[in-house]
Parts: sequence; C-alpha cells; structure tokens
Amino acid sequence: MEKTIIPIGPYHPLQEEPEFFMLTVEGEKVVDIEVRIGYNHRGIEKLSEMKSFDQSTFLIERICGICSTSHPFAYTRAVEDIIPVEVPERAKYIRTIIAEGERIHSHLLWLGLAGHFLGYNTVYMWVWKLREEILDVMEILTGNRNSYAMFKPGGIRRDIKSEDIPVVIKKMDSIVSTLEMLKKAVIDDPVIHARTKGIGILSKEDAINYCALGPTARASGVARDVRKDSPYGAYDKIEWDMIVTHNGDVFDKLVVRILEVFESIKIIKNCFLNLPGGEIDANIKDIPPGEGIGFIEAPRGECFHYVKSDGTNRPVRHKVRAPTFMNLPTCKATIIGEYISDATIILAAIDPCYCCTERMTVCNTKRKKIYTGKDLIKLSREKTEILRNKMGVK
Amino acid sequence: MTREEVLGDLRKKFKDDIVEILDERSKKVYIEIKQESLVKVASYIFKDLKARFNTASGVDMRNHMEILYHFLIEDINLLISLRVKLQKSKLEIDSLLPIFEGANWIEREMHEILGINFKGHPDLKRLLLPDDWPDGVYPLRRDYKEWDKNVIRDRGV
Repeated sequence: MEKTIIPIGPYHPLQEEPEFFMLTVEGEKVVDIEVRIGYNHRGIEKLSEMKSFDQSTFLIERICGICSTSHPFAYTRAVEDIIPVEVPERAKYIRTIIAEGERIHSHLLWLGLAGHFLGYNTVYMWVWKLREEILDVMEILTGNRNSYAMFKPGGIRRDIKSEDIPVVIKKMDSIVSTLEMLKKAVIDDPVIHARTKGIGILSKEDAINYCALGPTARASGVARDVRKDSPYGAYDKIEWDMIVTHNGDVFDKLVVRILEVFESIKIIKNCFLNLPGGEIDANIKDIPPGEGIGFIEAPRGECFHYVKSDGTNRPVRHKVRAPTFMNLPTCKATIIGEYISDATIILAAIDPCYCCTERMTVCNTKRKKIYTGKDLIKLSREKTEILRNKMGVK
Repeated sequence: MTREEVLGDLRKKFKDDIVEILDERSKKVYIEIKQESLVKVASYIFKDLKARFNTASGVDMRNHMEILYHFLIEDINLLISLRVKLQKSKLEIDSLLPIFEGANWIEREMHEILGINFKGHPDLKRLLLPDDWPDGVYPLRRDYKEWDKNVIRDRGV
C-alpha cells in the first residue's frame, strides 16, 4: 500500500505547546513516527551558569509553569547535596505539601485535556473547574496560584500560617467528594472505554528499555516511583500507596493519574496532621566546590538535576533532565500499528511537557520590532474591528 | 544485594576498568572508569544490577570533557554515576543505544550542544537546536562565542 506522511504540528489546534510529529501512515494505520522538538528551547542550562545559586532557583522555576515546584525541588536538593546539609523537619513537610498540591493540579489538568482530545468536553470543563479549587488552595498556602517561589537551598522561604490549615483541609474534603463523582463518571464511561482501552500499549519490557518514568511506567506494571524508591521530604514518614496497573494502555495511564490524585490528597492531609514545629531554613552561607545530584518525583516522572560548583557563587554546570525527555521517545513503541484517529490521545497519554524537555535563551529574533502586551491588545482590537466591518456587525 | 555487595562486586569484576571510586555519600557513588570500558560496565549495571538509566550529564572542564552516566538501583536506593573523561582532541565515545533505548535522545543532545561523537549511534541528528544553527558551534562549551549578530540580549530588567 502507498505510504502517506501526515504532519502534526509544530502549531496545531490540538496541541498546547509547539512540537512536530511526522506520522507515516498506510491507509489508516500508523507505520512510523518521527518526533522533532526544540521549538521551546530557551537555553536555561546556559543561563543558570550566569546566575547565582539563589537566583537560579527562580530561573528554573520558570522552566515550566505546571511543574513549577518540581524543578526547584530537585535543584535545591542537588545544592544541598553539594554541601551536604540536612533540611529542617518542618521545611521537609511543607515542601511535600506544595509538591503534592502541584501533582493534583497537574494530573487534573491532564485529565481535562485528555477529555478534550477525545472530544469529550464535559470531562474537560468539569475537571478544570475542580482544578481551580486546588489552585485556590495553593494561593492560600503560598500566595501564588502557580510558580510558588517557596523553595530555596536549605529550606523554604515562607512558613504556612496555622490558621490557614483548617480552611485548606476543609477545601480538600470538598474536592474529594467531587472527585469521587468524577472518578465514577470517567472510569465507568463506555465512551472513554471505547476510545482508550487497549490503545497505545506500552509493554513492561519497553518501559524498562526506554527508561520510562512516572505514571507512564507505573501504568505498564513497572513499580517505579522516586518517592518510594529513594524517599525525600516527608514521604517516608507518612503512609501512602504507590499506584501500579498492568495493561499499559491509555486507559491505565488515566486510571493511575486519577487514583494518584486521591493519594496526593491523603499525603497532604497526613502532612498537616503531623506537621512539626521549628525552623524552616538551614541558613546556608557558602557553597563549597563539588558536585551534587537531586532527583524527585514530578507529576510526570522523575525530575533530575545535576549541579557542579567550583566554590564561587554560581554553578559551573547545571544539567536539567525533565521526565518528558525520557517518556516522549516511548511513542515509537506505542503508536506504531495504531489508527491515525487514536494518535493524538496516545501522544497525549504520557502527559508531555515540552517546556521542560527543551529548557535550553538563544533568542534568535530576526524581526526588528518587539511587541509588548499593549501592542498585542491594540492589534487584536483592530482585527476585530476589521472583521466586524466585513460582516456588517455593529 | 546490599550496597556493600554491589560496590564490592563492581570493584572485583571491573578492577582493570575502574580508575577511582568516590564514595562519600550514603546514597550516591561516583565511579570513574576508562573510556573504552563504558559499554561493558554500563551494560552490567543496567542489565544485571537492574538499574534504571537516569540521564547523562556532559560537562566541559576546560582541559577535558567529562560525561557522567547516572544509574539508579531502585531496590537499594543507590545512585551510581559513571564518570568518563574525554580528551578535547578526540571527543568520541561508544554509544549506549545498543544496550538500551533510553540513551537515544540524551546522546543526540550531547552531540549537538557539546560536540561529542557517539560511535554506533545510528541517527545523530539535531534534537533541540534550530535548523539554521551553524555546524560546529556548540553552545554549552566554555569557548562558545556569540555567532549571531542579530541576537537580542537583555539580562535582568
């Protein structure tokens, strides 16, 4: 049969971020895939070498808007590993709370998008409404809906107020009841079954071979979670379960993420119940020469940072490896042999995050004019006006 | 296997390949190995010790180039970083792609940003850098110079 090439991206209505997939299809079957990334490459590893250790924390927080805790968490752990220094207990618990809050909103964001990709916009609207409440909780705790700026090498920047805790726990309980309803609606839905069961299967062998991470690996029966394998923060002090399923298809990835949200809520509540008092910062002064590694479980899998110091106040090398960097190549194993109509949901099933993957600014702006926010609003109004005139709408 | 058994095992099995073992942290070990032994040691760690390949970090050390291959043995919570030193005059090392697929992208990344050649990698094409980026310019090297005159730099507003 004749082969046809179907390009998806780099800018496509179904994608939130720029990436390019070149699908080779025979009839309706995908026979090959080629991935091209790099459209979001900002040179953050290079930039980090020009900033001090403290400034870097803010820089790498901006690698990604969704995992805005994972990167600083891994980075601060890498810096603490150079010295080495032990973080105060209270800071460990608060770090865990923030990281789990992020996991909840990230998983919900994916679940909504998955519904959107399947053409099931009711799920999308419901889940994103629920995600708003989590963002409100994060605003109460940190002052920000996203990019919390809570982390610093040696501890955290701000403490949690004790009068906020009952409010947050009450909100969490209300989220659980809505989530129970959603879980039943999504997991038992025949439409979702038909679109996701047995689709895009990643076998256990492939998951190990591709070094897949996070929910992508756990849905394929690989019990791999940094929070259990090499515990950090407060994860070894409180009780929670790792969610592992065995089919490896899109449905299992969905189930893993939904059930993990419940575990995260459990972890947050347990952390609040056992929250110790005391210091929140180890007050690091100098960073000696040496090298350190920090890795944590981000919502999409393990986030890995390697920092090398030469005794000055700047890192000489800062290597960042985001989970999608390992998860995205697995599409070669999952998509081949599937129908073209399932391609978008299979590609979305690993919860790809290209900002993280490409972190590296080489601002190559050939255009001389730089648009500000005001210019863009002006342009948009002008365009609307032209359209109105054309259509004769007053 | 415990941590001590694993390390003793590695010491015994690869005594000619290991240059130095830096064992200062309870959960992390740095092992410097000879350049030509990489595939042998990495394959033992990945296949026999059932470790997971985290990633590799390439570092430009001015006088030489260094690659650290990080492996995590999940059962005993031990992170092994294999350190390989490369001469600047001959930046070439065997690819790990034949052993596991997970090394594919990171080798492509190191190839384009540090200019290291991976022998045995079938497809060392661009991954992150744009298509109009000139050949032979490696952004993460210490001697990197701005090549594009139109670049707008504004640091710290």
